[in-house]
Amino acid sequence: MLAFILRRLGTMLATMVCLTMVVFFMVNLDPNLKKLAISQLDMRTPADQLESWLVKNGYRENFLVRYGQWIGVVKKQPNIDAATGEAKPRFAFCNEPAEPHYGGILQGNFGCSTKFKTTVSAKLWPGLGATGILMFWVMATMVPIALLIGILAGMREGTRLDRTLSVASIATTATPEYVSGVIFTVIFATWLGWLNGSAASATSQGVTFYNFTLPVMTMAVYGIGYIARMTRASMVEVMTQQYIRTARLKGLSFSSVVIKHALRNALIAPFTVIMLQFPWLLTGVVIVETMFRYQGFGFTLVEAAGNNDIDLLLGCSLVSVFVVLFTQLISDIGYAYLNPRIRVQ
Amino acid sequence: MELEFLGVFAIIAGVIGRFWPVWLAMAIVVAASLFYKKRLGLYGQLYDNGVGIAGVLICFFWLFTAIFASTVAPFDPLAQIPIMKDALPGAIVPDGGGVYYFGADKLARDVFSRMVSGSQIVLIIAPAATMFAIMVGATLGLPAGYYGGRVDSILSFLANLVLAFPVILLFYLLVTPGIMETPIPYGLAGVFFLFPIIFFATLFYTRFKNRPDRLYVLLALTIVIGGWVYVGLVFDKDPLGIVHIDPNQLNIFVAVVFASSPGVFRIVRGLVMDIKTRDYIAAAQTRGETPWYIMLWEILPNARGPLIVDACLRIGYTTILLGTLGYFGLGLAPESPDWGTAIKDASRLLRSFIHPALPPTIALMSFVLGLNLLADALREQSMKD
Repeated sequence: MLAFILRRLGTMLATMVCLTMVVFFMVNLDPNLKKLAISQLDMRTPADQLESWLVKNGYRENFLVRYGQWIGVVKKQPNIDAATGEAKPRFAFCNEPAEPHYGGILQGNFGCSTKFKTTVSAKLWPGLGATGILMFWVMATMVPIALLIGILAGMREGTRLDRTLSVASIATTATPEYVSGVIFTVIFATWLGWLNGSAASATSQGVTFYNFTLPVMTMAVYGIGYIARMTRASMVEVMTQQYIRTARLKGLSFSSVVIKHALRNALIAPFTVIMLQFPWLLTGVVIVETMFRYQGFGFTLVEAAGNNDIDLLLGCSLVSVFVVLFTQLISDIGYAYLNPRIRVQ
Repeated sequence: MELEFLGVFAIIAGVIGRFWPVWLAMAIVVAASLFYKKRLGLYGQLYDNGVGIAGVLICFFWLFTAIFASTVAPFDPLAQIPIMKDALPGAIVPDGGGVYYFGADKLARDVFSRMVSGSQIVLIIAPAATMFAIMVGATLGLPAGYYGGRVDSILSFLANLVLAFPVILLFYLLVTPGIMETPIPYGLAGVFFLFPIIFFATLFYTRFKNRPDRLYVLLALTIVIGGWVYVGLVFDKDPLGIVHIDPNQLNIFVAVVFASSPGVFRIVRGLVMDIKTRDYIAAAQTRGETPWYIMLWEILPNARGPLIVDACLRIGYTTILLGTLGYFGLGLAPESPDWGTAIKDASRLLRSFIHPALPPTIALMSFVLGLNLLADALREQSMKD
């Protein structure tokens, strides 16, 4: 088991390095750097001055050196002002030591956000916290409902209940967040007036039922169908097993067969599916937070990408890639742990 | 000047009337399918259950709407009639100009016409991108599953790399105005669009290599047609000027293919690993067939059932991805009538007007639902065999 986890961690690390390198390359493409220089100087700055600004701030150094600096394995040189000969931080709102130093991800330094005029850490972690709250409520509603639908449908295959629930779960998988968000807002906010169509107040005044139900509902609906279908398939398979028939023939009631014998085995497969939902939820987070104006991680990502905020976008990418890989690891380990047949091997 | 409005009943009747070419085409196709049902195989069996019928009808509805979009839509999707700004559904254009059945958006464009024209964009890009993704995924998934070993490890690592990217981040990095100044989208397009040519060339070569008369004709056809489309799409230098794609459309096309081909790769690889243990594969190997012949002519046809189901689901998923791109204003032109962009524009004004938001949302949802129902019915039918 330990060797398995170590091997997975090794693959994860390799994937992480590859992906961050790709992201680093894409974010630092020439057009993006030019846009950054223009936004930091002036619209009418001539091209050679833009170029000299980029050279002065170290954006024109070798790709691998810059990547190493970002990671924190290559020393960052201080920014020397040519006129006075003194070290001066690259961005006025962001402190920087005056001597060469290691200052990258490994040292916990994510860089400076040019859009929000602060350090990336000061923007990224609160955003992640806010998204964590959203994710918690989504999971807390989505998982029990989806499992319940899946179990009810798979319990007796082919009945009217099964067909109704199956078609309903197909319908929810056909409804992406930006569609269900609009429909729910129209029904519950504009038409009935029960709920708030914006979650902006959740950031400042705290989460309430009134401002948080719509975002949670919107995100949960898209995921429910998929998890429910997986649970149903797994439940149907378990219900045809010999030991279920034995339990029935022993004279146990149907409900106790389902709860005691079938459920435990039927829930192994959905566990993996639920874990692998996280990357998918990440897209949902971005859509829902934009739609309901909730200042979380997704909102930060959109702002960073829209305003060409290089360091912030890199930080967001690192976090999202980490979340995806980490949930994959957990789902692998959890699957091996839950399923005795794999555990023994 | 006050606008005049139609009643609810007149709106419904009018909309149904506008769709007359769609109803006609659907009636002909469905009647013909029912008549020849016995000879149509899997497609004919779809008409046996309710889910299948619903899926087929919805998909045909949007297919024919896209084909006849210019007849169905009463107005140009980009035309603005200033007096109609934010008009409610059923507003009549003054001086006998026609009716805005679903009202007007904030730029005074007809919501109904935009929804109908939007179907054209979605129904061209989504299935085409899915087809390319399947070609790429299958061409790489077949050897990965068949040979295993190092080929498999490398290709699987690459596929997992792409799958570990959150889709939205991938789009924000790949579909930006800045990236079109770099050679990246054209390079990716050059690689992806090569796969269908390689696929068909190998397909024909392995089958007909001992029958030069057939082989040369088919190979020549593949290279001429494939090369023509390739030159038109990647370099935008079609000598005949028929095949053309805008740079921003090429960009989203490439991004969508890039995002969904690793999924196809994984499915094909899994199917190949399952099928290659069958007896008829061992028989073909004993006959001395080449590996690529076995992959393309023995394994692939036997994997078609799950692949068709996956293709249906994937077209739906691609439609959702396109909508996401439109919703974030990436790639597509801001005035483009596609559903995602329309939802983005309308969702900002939900407090004041809801009517521009509903037609594109319902259109997108129903189309994806139709495809999912179709996939479900196909899966059920192919499992019966």
